[in-house]
Amino acid sequence: MAHGSGGKETSDLIASIFAKHFNNPILAKMEDSAVIPGCARIAMTTDSFVVKPVFFPGGDIGKIAVCGTVNDLAMSGSTPKYLTCGFILEEGAEFEAIERIVASMAKAAKEANVIIVGGDTKVIEGSGGIYINTAGVGFMDVSGFEASSSFCAKGDVVILSGTLGDHHAAILSARMNIENEIKSDCAPLHVMASALVQSGLKVKSMRDVTRGGLATVLHEFAVASKACIRIEEKEIPVSPQVLGLTGILGLDPLYMANEGKMVTVVAKEDAEKALELMRKSPYGAHAAIIGTVIPGDTGTLLLHTATGGTRTLTELYGEGLPRIC
Amino acid sequence: MTDYRTFLGEYDGKPMRIMEVCGTHTAAISHCGIPSLLSPKIELISGPGCPVCVTVTEYIDRLVALSLESNTVVATFGDMIRVPGTSKSLQDARADGAKFRMVYSPLDLIKLAREETDKTFVFAAVGFETTIAVYASLLDELIAQGIRNVKLLTSLKTMPLVIDWVCRSKSGIDGFLAPGHVSVITGSDLFAPIAKEHTIPFAVAGFEGEQILVALYALVKLINAHEGRVMNMYPSVVTAEGNKTAQKLIAKYFESSDAAWRGMGVIPRSGMKLRAEYEAYDAGSENLYSDRGHNAQCRCAKVITGAEKPSACPLFGSVCTPQTPQGACMVSSEGSCHSYFANRRR
Repeated sequence: MAHGSGGKETSDLIASIFAKHFNNPILAKMEDSAVIPGCARIAMTTDSFVVKPVFFPGGDIGKIAVCGTVNDLAMSGSTPKYLTCGFILEEGAEFEAIERIVASMAKAAKEANVIIVGGDTKVIEGSGGIYINTAGVGFMDVSGFEASSSFCAKGDVVILSGTLGDHHAAILSARMNIENEIKSDCAPLHVMASALVQSGLKVKSMRDVTRGGLATVLHEFAVASKACIRIEEKEIPVSPQVLGLTGILGLDPLYMANEGKMVTVVAKEDAEKALELMRKSPYGAHAAIIGTVIPGDTGTLLLHTATGGTRTLTELYGEGLPRIC
Repeated sequence: MTDYRTFLGEYDGKPMRIMEVCGTHTAAISHCGIPSLLSPKIELISGPGCPVCVTVTEYIDRLVALSLESNTVVATFGDMIRVPGTSKSLQDARADGAKFRMVYSPLDLIKLAREETDKTFVFAAVGFETTIAVYASLLDELIAQGIRNVKLLTSLKTMPLVIDWVCRSKSGIDGFLAPGHVSVITGSDLFAPIAKEHTIPFAVAGFEGEQILVALYALVKLINAHEGRVMNMYPSVVTAEGNKTAQKLIAKYFESSDAAWRGMGVIPRSGMKLRAEYEAYDAGSENLYSDRGHNAQCRCAKVITGAEKPSACPLFGSVCTPQTPQGACMVSSEGSCHSYFANRRR
């Protein structure tokens, strides 16, 4: 496969797939770099995606590559604007699969209201693998908004945007050839985050809940804020299908990966309003208040279990599951 | 609050030590926060029911050696990859060229073996009665489909005699939360002779928090009444006689044998091995008895037998963590040390 040579084959690949699907005036110039309008403060991030299989119920590597970076930008309080994407293709990667993935990226970018302004393709030896890196820029256009994992304070309330574990369970089911109804939750959360950012409510911390799961994120909040966070197992939404699978495989939804969920910590007086905003946003129908910041040992995350006991949660140790996003 | 919860929380009688034998119970107890609901007079001790944890180092060494042989690939459940042998785990040996695959079910081997006929797949067949039944099904399939390039490296354990060993040791266990999954196969009657001989009660329990609490309540009552009998508190799936079909399938391929247990040495007739007529499927499992951990201070052996809690080990939480496990109990999520560490149990 000579498509990574930089010559004719490369430009054919770009023209036939990337330019066709990502078509926009900035990309169309085909310059070495995109020159684009900016903003006084920008948020910038990058992420690489190596999920296997590349197609799975509810999404594909392209959709994740867009949503993942969009969500990282949105969680910092910015409005996602521009993405670049780098493809690393192993020899043997199928043209048809690449096109499906690129089309899926274009669709996700449209929904997330971002423009893909630059890209790169490399071909390496291998056996058909497809890997994507996306970098993104967001505009910090709401003045005065600042959220941080270190801002949680006693009395604050923890809100989760929906059910846990769907992405992890979908990937696992695909790998194990288990037929079920579970779909990845892969989705852009920019509308939900923006609703919170623009609301003027006292939003202390926001984070998308990806690898490592909810427990890992909240443990980090507790440590960074020198706070004690307690969550209620009974309030944490998990779909019956995911719960069934975790029961069989001995997985814990609190540590499972998601691709379209966020958790936020807000001041107690604003909790109900924030919950309503999240529920009204796309992908937030099952949002729920799941816990509070309580007086207690600092840097501690506690789970009040459905059985009525209390368990201390740590960050995820070990692999969980390799190559899941 | 229901009565049994109040009873367990406020219990102020004779201090007692109850052993949960099965690793799945250890994980469920941590998961549900059960220790926080018990009076300090009721102590839960994890027993030898995590298959990875009771595996001796010579077995791991043999597995590593096989993974380095040409055209041989080791297939295993995930946990086994990180268990340290005398000097290395499978994962450590990857840099030397160790070849291994993680599978979710032994039956995944059928597909692997059919796709890659030039390789021999060796499955790390560890486990108790429940898993032995699955290995028997695998052999049924291998034979039916005429697949010759799959072998088992067995380290198979059975329950009753190791519990008898614990009763005879000086670990001072007053009662047992008997393994639910194993009992499905063997039946709850299996524990009756030991209960009687040692006057120690057993409760066969399910894995939900509520089921565990009720079983603990029953055990505390029986211990105080000095009643050595078996209570089946998981009757929806466990019968007195067990699953006869599974028992027959196991007996078709496997026979009783001596087995080496981490921390306990060789216990006669406490394991199973492939019957002589199926020797062709064995990857050299005989006489893997030696057990020398690579860190001499590791107390896995004492933890498994209930003699010490994980937190009593000098390595626990400092040198030995889930990222740098020194012994098998810190590797598996069903291992006592991992469970204590991950849930900050003390």
